Amino acid sequence: MKSKTLFDKIWDSHVVRSIENGPDVLYIDRHYIHEVTSPQAFNGLKERGIPVFRPGKTIATADHNIPTKNQHLPIKDELSRNQVEKLTENCQKYGIELYGLNHPKNGIVHVIGPELGYTLPGITIVCGDSHTSTHGAFGTIAFGIGTSEVEMVLATQCILQPKPRKMRITVDGELQKGVTSKDIIMYIISEISASGATGYFVEYCGSVIRSLSMEGRMTICNMSIEMGARGGLITPDETTFEYLRKLPAIPGIDDLKSSINEWRKLRSDSDAVFDRDLKFDAGLIKPMITYGTNPGMGMAIDDSIPLSDENGNKASSSFLKSLDYMGFKPGMKLLGHPVDYVFLGSCTNGRIEDFRAFAQVINGRKKADNITALIVPGSKKVEEQMAAEGLTELYKSAGFEVRQPGCSSCLAMNEDKIPQGKYAVSTSNRNFEGRQGPGARTLLASPFTAAAAAITGRITDPRVFINKEQKVKK
Amino acid sequence: MAKVKFDILESTCVPLPFENVDTDQIIPARFLSATSRLGFGDNLFCDWRYAKTGEKNSEFVLNNPDFSGKVLVTGKNFGSGSSREHAVWAIFDYGFRAVVSSFFADIFMNNALNNGLLPIVISDDLLKKLTTLVQNKPNTKVKIDLEKQTFTILSTGDSVKFAINPYKKDCLLKGLDDIDFLLNMKNLITGYENNKSLAK
Repeated sequence: MKSKTLFDKIWDSHVVRSIENGPDVLYIDRHYIHEVTSPQAFNGLKERGIPVFRPGKTIATADHNIPTKNQHLPIKDELSRNQVEKLTENCQKYGIELYGLNHPKNGIVHVIGPELGYTLPGITIVCGDSHTSTHGAFGTIAFGIGTSEVEMVLATQCILQPKPRKMRITVDGELQKGVTSKDIIMYIISEISASGATGYFVEYCGSVIRSLSMEGRMTICNMSIEMGARGGLITPDETTFEYLRKLPAIPGIDDLKSSINEWRKLRSDSDAVFDRDLKFDAGLIKPMITYGTNPGMGMAIDDSIPLSDENGNKASSSFLKSLDYMGFKPGMKLLGHPVDYVFLGSCTNGRIEDFRAFAQVINGRKKADNITALIVPGSKKVEEQMAAEGLTELYKSAGFEVRQPGCSSCLAMNEDKIPQGKYAVSTSNRNFEGRQGPGARTLLASPFTAAAAAITGRITDPRVFINKEQKVKK
Repeated sequence: MAKVKFDILESTCVPLPFENVDTDQIIPARFLSATSRLGFGDNLFCDWRYAKTGEKNSEFVLNNPDFSGKVLVTGKNFGSGSSREHAVWAIFDYGFRAVVSSFFADIFMNNALNNGLLPIVISDDLLKKLTTLVQNKPNTKVKIDLEKQTFTILSTGDSVKFAINPYKKDCLLKGLDDIDFLLNMKNLITGYENNKSLAK
């Protein structure tokens, strides 16, 4: 039998039919939906007069468009309120489980999927959101889709999809102190560019990836899309199974032990062939920061902005337009540059470990006066954990206000916008023009680096605050 | 899903020669609160097209009366970032029927094909030539023939074959959509589920 990658094995076992010269009809085990990309899909079902084919396989949450303050009050913005209400209506009408606003388990779709035990090894997951790649951390084929495809899955539990090519990214070596999974993935993207993996599905391998916690793995897989990849996955192992064992419940799994025994078989064959194979040395990775307007425009925090774009073109209009938007010049250093806002949260860095890491840097220090901070847990569960571990109190006494869960300032659909021209060190995933509000200037970084900026009011190397005795969280 | 037919298109072009144009630029997130597919064209490229005061930014190509047409000519890695199909709805609603680039992001490409907006990939060199040509002579016309899969610059005679998945090509030529196709496969899908005991 021909040797296969983990991706091949999961994909091939979900193909209902291969269309000659066309895409595959791929069966979807779990479908996550949210308020922003689903209403038009439900309208489509209504126009066709058809039901949701397998309502039990879709779960819903409201996250993108909700406020992070006073969630018990009606949403002020009329369009946002209408969109959230539409989701509730549609879920009721079609019999879909909803973890909506004010549900005790509400949160960002890519944070609650794993928390609630819906994300499992070996399955296929889609969601009308490009960061669906997050769930690949469990050894899952998970990818973002458009609204027409959401309608397709609601109508038939299947999707028409050409099979992507396969890329293997291996990270070996010794990770330096103060360097996190966020820095690893930002480094990889800066090396291969924001389109370097377009057309591929990535498998992340190597000793450094294996040493990461599930939270760290989710951060890596989450940003696969930022280098253009369809998704990214990691072979499930003891770390994965331990995470699953600790969950209060896993819907649809009666005998976890025997499931785990099955999941142990999920791995690429040793002689499996990848279309592209990349290797990185973790020892070379430093805390990272972006300087431009796509996630490929990243560098080590103590580096200088390059003099030319990725192709060595100094006069590239896109490169210069990007730096101009940021208020930066080629060759400039960013250390010490003043910052106005800090955002900790999002589906990239909104999990409990991220709030612990940020707190590790605060460590009794106070927020800088010039900083407005948005501290936004990824879910109600994370919010509860923060309170239980004393983190909420620690943040408060350092001058930080902890908000209620949601996507918040990552895409600024709600009122959590960064004002025109202001600089925000953000733990989210995109530094596009206007992403965090019209004219906002985003500097992507890890929770450590965000915390260092929050304390000093400037772009600061977080390694200054991570002393040798402290155990470094990955 | 939209059932839109596409066969032959002859049109002038609008040049937008930037790389990595992401879907947040095409349609900013603050316009995504709508629950229908219509009307997004008014806010296409909003933050480039309008000043903060709401006035038109005269330097932006969509506000330049010299340029018009149903074909958007743009830089590589167009449509990267968010999966929002609203980006395709906005481009289509504005009146474009094809986007030409040397490279598209995956999700954007699928979304475009699902809405009858034809993404056409041409070489970097031809893209450069076309962009310069259009910028200098805004009346430059191109012809897209989906059946023959050809893209032609009429004034120069440059003509290339472009790639498209045969299944998708057939759907566009006939105005069919994927959901009808999948609904006709219900027995096969149920069979797959029964085989795997998934039909819950």
